[in-house]
Amino acid sequence: MKKQIANWGNYPVIESSEESFAFPEQLHALLSREESFIPRGNGRCYGDASLAFNIISTLKFDKILSFDSNSGVFECQSGLMLDQILEVIVPQGWFLPVTPGTKFITVGGAVASDVHGKNHHVDGSFSNHILEMDIVLASQNSITCSSVNHTDLFEATCGGMGLTGIISRVKFQLKKIETSYISQKQIKARNLEELIHLFDEYNYYTYSVAWIDCLKKGSHFGRSILMLGEHATRKDLNERQNRNPLKLPGKKQINFPFNLPSWVLNSFTVKAFNFLFYSKNIKREMNGVIGYEPFFYPLDAILHWNRGYGKKGFVQYQFVIPRDAKKGLVEILRRISDKGMGSFLAVLKVFGKQESMISFPKEGYTLALDFPVRSGLLEFLDELDQIVLQYGGRLYMSKDARMKPEVLGHGYPDLEKFKNIVRKYNPDGKIRSILSDRLFLTSN
Amino acid sequence: METVLILGATSDIGVAIAKKFAFHKFNILLASRNPQQLKPLESDIQIRYGIDCHSFAFDALQYNSHTRFFNSLPVKPDISICVFGILDDEEKAFDDWTLTERMINTNFTGGVSVLNSIAKYYILQKRGTIIGISSVAGDRGRASKLIYASAKAAFTTYLAGLRNKCYMAGVHVMTVQPGFVYTRMTENQRLPKPITSTPSEVADIIYLAYLKKKNIIYVKWFWKYIMLIIKLIPEFQFKKMKL
Repeated sequence: MKKQIANWGNYPVIESSEESFAFPEQLHALLSREESFIPRGNGRCYGDASLAFNIISTLKFDKILSFDSNSGVFECQSGLMLDQILEVIVPQGWFLPVTPGTKFITVGGAVASDVHGKNHHVDGSFSNHILEMDIVLASQNSITCSSVNHTDLFEATCGGMGLTGIISRVKFQLKKIETSYISQKQIKARNLEELIHLFDEYNYYTYSVAWIDCLKKGSHFGRSILMLGEHATRKDLNERQNRNPLKLPGKKQINFPFNLPSWVLNSFTVKAFNFLFYSKNIKREMNGVIGYEPFFYPLDAILHWNRGYGKKGFVQYQFVIPRDAKKGLVEILRRISDKGMGSFLAVLKVFGKQESMISFPKEGYTLALDFPVRSGLLEFLDELDQIVLQYGGRLYMSKDARMKPEVLGHGYPDLEKFKNIVRKYNPDGKIRSILSDRLFLTSN
Repeated sequence: METVLILGATSDIGVAIAKKFAFHKFNILLASRNPQQLKPLESDIQIRYGIDCHSFAFDALQYNSHTRFFNSLPVKPDISICVFGILDDEEKAFDDWTLTERMINTNFTGGVSVLNSIAKYYILQKRGTIIGISSVAGDRGRASKLIYASAKAAFTTYLAGLRNKCYMAGVHVMTVQPGFVYTRMTENQRLPKPITSTPSEVADIIYLAYLKKKNIIYVKWFWKYIMLIIKLIPEFQFKKMKL
């Protein structure tokens, strides 16, 4: 049965049939059919990476296989979501080694996008913590791979957008925590110059991220709030928090019940939002101890916040440029500010060093912005692409719905190597997505 | 700690029920044809809920093995929940007696056989709860669910009779009548969202109904009235309808 499916950006929307499996036998039955397909988890990538006319959903393949609460080694099937993992591990004093800004993604998705978090400059991306994983190829063979075993398959699967095979089992190392709280420091930066200086000054913090108001011009260009955090120790907690230091957060959620009309988001409302966000911090520096939920997942509190961008959907634009190319960052932010295309969120983060084949992170600054889909947007983003490339940067495929193949090629020097490995393990291009066809990753 | 037996634990509803009772600190016994398939669910439930969970081989169609199966369980369950069932292509089944027979036997005969064994034990013990998952489809026969609906109707009637038989011994029997549920079985059907439940909703409702010792429950509640209306359509009219 065909139904309308889109990922988190609600753009593009396609007619597709989605089928799931709960057991390996059911997966093999699905793989033995003729049609090409793409595996999909919870669909929290933004664009078309996990879209195809046939989708194999991993959401029912979601069992926890082992958890050693002494060593922090965790093993599960790939459809398990991070929110479920947190509920099990946090009360036992463990945390995810790397987490993106939402906990509603599957482990398979975390691998296929090789997600990064606020601690990238310290801990790297998700793949750095994988001990081993199983990939079921289109041929139905299952291969166990790791950084020392079937290395080519491992490297092309981390950040490889699901094109090598179905990630079926993942074993990874968790991070020890003493409490479920975060000691947070928020610092207001008057402009971009100051912000970048602050990032350097506080680079010893495990977690750091900044929210930028990119509509501000003049001397306040790049006005922002830098958020820093460490896992709190017991002595950081007050008496009430210390009664249950590994407490799980309650399940309070607000739902965005319908799509907002797209005119609601205009430069005026975004300015107002950004003003409120910035002004809620009265003092320049604020310190506090908060639960991990508001620190890592502020937007998860609003289910379906993506509906705020209206029915036409939105595109998230995320790029990274090297550290010595700060000028590029300024130039891109200026363009956006001049254009007034309105980004709800502009998130800046510093990436540390990373060796990878097709994973997005590399040392430098990464900026993520949301753009509601409207006429002229795609052309504008093409212009931004040129600036990113000019400064030696690249784009994140998990967020992408529109980049041209040559932009990808310029940004990822190992792209040909990646394509060859995909061809080796997925020789007939049976596993393919709208994204992989658009970017010629599976062009055979 | 009380123990729950799930007969047909590989189905989406079986998994959801197992998790629900495990969440409330019941120990869980999982049973299905291929217990090897249940190993991941077993570890999942143990790790998430910190309770005992074990898997056992059980084949609904091997009637002779049912008493032996129940007697060999290391712990006798306080609650036995019969979840298994199949929905084959009705058109194919109409042409192929093997399919028809399998549908009848899985949805009805197998349930009768295993629940008879369990009920005998519960009656002797003078305690225990049996929960049978039937279907609203059994409330009225129709062309598009010819065999499935009649097998479920028979199962619903059996559960009603068993409830009556067990009552004096203090053994409770509950009938669950789910309407549309999003499961792998219905993945390729277009289901009306407002009246379709998720497996975890079905499990939540069953758990609450168990606590309240309900006799017959519809999931969700309005299915009772939907089926009431369907049952009220006169036969001379109903036979002409395409349902």
